[in-house]
Amino acid sequence: MMTSSRRLAPAAALAGLLCLGLAACGGGTTKDSASAAPSAAVSSAAPAAADPNAPIKEGLKIAFLPKAINNPYETIVDKAGIEAAAEYKGEAKEVGPSDASASSQVSYINTLTQQGQDAILIAANDANAVCGPLKQAMAKGIKVVSYDSDAAKDCRDLFINQASSEEVGRSQVKLMSELVGGKGEIAILSATANATNQNTWIEFMKDELTKPEYKDLKLVKVAYGDDDDQKSFQETQGLLQAYPGLKGIISPTTVGISAAARYISGTDYKGEVALTGLGTPNQMRQFVKDGTVEKFALWNPKDLGYLASYAAAALVSGQITGAEGETLKAGKLGERTIGKDGEIILGPPFTFDKDNIDEFDF
Amino acid sequence: MTAVTAPPEARSARNLVDVVFRARELSIVAALVVLVAVTAGVNGNFLSAQGLTDISLNASILVLLAVGQAVVVITRNIDLSVGSVVGLVAFTVGDLLAADHGRGVTFAVLAGVGIGALCGLVNGLLVSFCRVPALVVTLGTLYVIQGLGHYIAHGRQINAVDLPPAMLAMGNGTILGVPYLPIIAVVAMGLVGYYLRSYRSGREFYAIGSSPEAARLAGIPVRRRVFSAYLFSGALAGLAGVLWLARFGTVVADAANGWELQVVSAVVVGGVAITGGVGTVWGAALGALLLTTITSALVALKVNPFWQQAVTGALLLLAISVDRLLAARVARALRKRNARHGS
Repeated sequence: MMTSSRRLAPAAALAGLLCLGLAACGGGTTKDSASAAPSAAVSSAAPAAADPNAPIKEGLKIAFLPKAINNPYETIVDKAGIEAAAEYKGEAKEVGPSDASASSQVSYINTLTQQGQDAILIAANDANAVCGPLKQAMAKGIKVVSYDSDAAKDCRDLFINQASSEEVGRSQVKLMSELVGGKGEIAILSATANATNQNTWIEFMKDELTKPEYKDLKLVKVAYGDDDDQKSFQETQGLLQAYPGLKGIISPTTVGISAAARYISGTDYKGEVALTGLGTPNQMRQFVKDGTVEKFALWNPKDLGYLASYAAAALVSGQITGAEGETLKAGKLGERTIGKDGEIILGPPFTFDKDNIDEFDF
Repeated sequence: MTAVTAPPEARSARNLVDVVFRARELSIVAALVVLVAVTAGVNGNFLSAQGLTDISLNASILVLLAVGQAVVVITRNIDLSVGSVVGLVAFTVGDLLAADHGRGVTFAVLAGVGIGALCGLVNGLLVSFCRVPALVVTLGTLYVIQGLGHYIAHGRQINAVDLPPAMLAMGNGTILGVPYLPIIAVVAMGLVGYYLRSYRSGREFYAIGSSPEAARLAGIPVRRRVFSAYLFSGALAGLAGVLWLARFGTVVADAANGWELQVVSAVVVGGVAITGGVGTVWGAALGALLLTTITSALVALKVNPFWQQAVTGALLLLAISVDRLLAARVARALRKRNARHGS
């Protein structure tokens, strides 16, 4: 036994090292994160007043910092943003943590600040926790644009909102009402109980439901699937068991809607209980085709990344300063105007159904 | 453990120990029955055909993982990497199936079990032959395997539409009204349980967990057994990963993230002592069933979701306290008996 273990030990150690090496690649930092040269000079030279006709500077360095590098949705957003940067001859990259926590984003913000990026685009994991480091970056002349999930107002220049929260919330109720014929018990399957965007949408849904045209729709429960497959499954089962008269479920989260769809597709509830919410076309294709889900909504994440990328470039180039009422030209998307609190809204949510779903691949 | 030729009084002492620990499994069954009865009393749908199918489907993946974990814990070790293995397997197998629809369920199961066993092999080598503490090794491989999964996935996800229909059918298909997933879990549990109970090499897992030093002196190949415990656990986690894919259809690389602690909880609640040497895979499987059923019951009873985790934690503490109490009782009873027989 002893001799065989001695012979095996180096092999095992080697195997361990090999695994560690591979993990280092998957750890979430792109290779070039350490090699970028400081170029803060470009942005500090930007004029204080907006010049709508200023051309976008070439060679801008911008960095996308998603909630987590392995999040499929954010990967689509960031890729589109990086492609947009190629259009205006900028250098863009994506760096980020492998877990969606605010503390791990902080160290990435600090690194990007030290590298002297021209702009940081962030999908904040926590509105306030990332605030301090972002302020330091802004003090060094780096422009900060938040997208997908906002940071606190005073620690970013702009927020690119995928769709106005109000519009998302109200349109979901409208969609559900169409599906169930304006009548019956409905429930909401959300992500975590403290997700800011979810709760804002749910507030608007509740408000929309008070309108007279929805008086026969009754919201019986808001359940939380924690964006976990198994939990979302069990919450869906629980909803259907606890409310036998349930007519529809709204799940405004991509994990929730796909889990609920998968569950319903394998049961007798299919065709009986309407399901809608926010999901991606690839994820929902199966369930739209098999009839579990008739229609659902989402904005185009590619357009979100594209707009965010152009907004950052416009900020750095001095086209806009982030003040309300200024207009920026966002390539193929056309013009967008900055609203209250430095928010730019991408547009109304888009509804997918079996007739148009095959036109989309994301 | 016990001597080969046990004198009658030693045998009766062993029977006492047996009874006490069988009582432990019975108490889980009792808890389950009460839970289900109360829930069904309040909400009749809980025990409908669909309700029962849901319960069995919810539990099957956790049951498989708990069976594998029980084998490891019985040898006084732990495998924290199982959650990551499930994620890695679910994603890579999904990716392989999406690449070529000609690959069927058999391919998926073989690939999944293979990848899982490979992960178990690394754990086993490091723990048994390099003598690194299991907690540290498997905590390390938890992150390594997770990183590997993220590296392979690169932010992509597997969608239900990418999978062959046979794979999805495995997730919600049935034989004679019983879904495939629980059948697979029960068969795996039966095989592993029978092996541990009735084979000499199976009993040696318990001997190692009771006293590694004594087991070594008794000529038991300790390292080989510990190594194979990790292989078991890895292979079962791989199988669980395939079932995960079949069940959920939509998979990202960090599927089952954090499940390792749920699995360990299930095993401990099921009466497998965290210090090794005691417990059965049936117990562990019952623990898994109890934990998942509690979550479903709390949902069906419309209990505030914030309570669910607290209940799981409380149950864990209760299980460990009961373990301590029983261990002390048994030790006292054995001492008394030995004193009476003057041995």
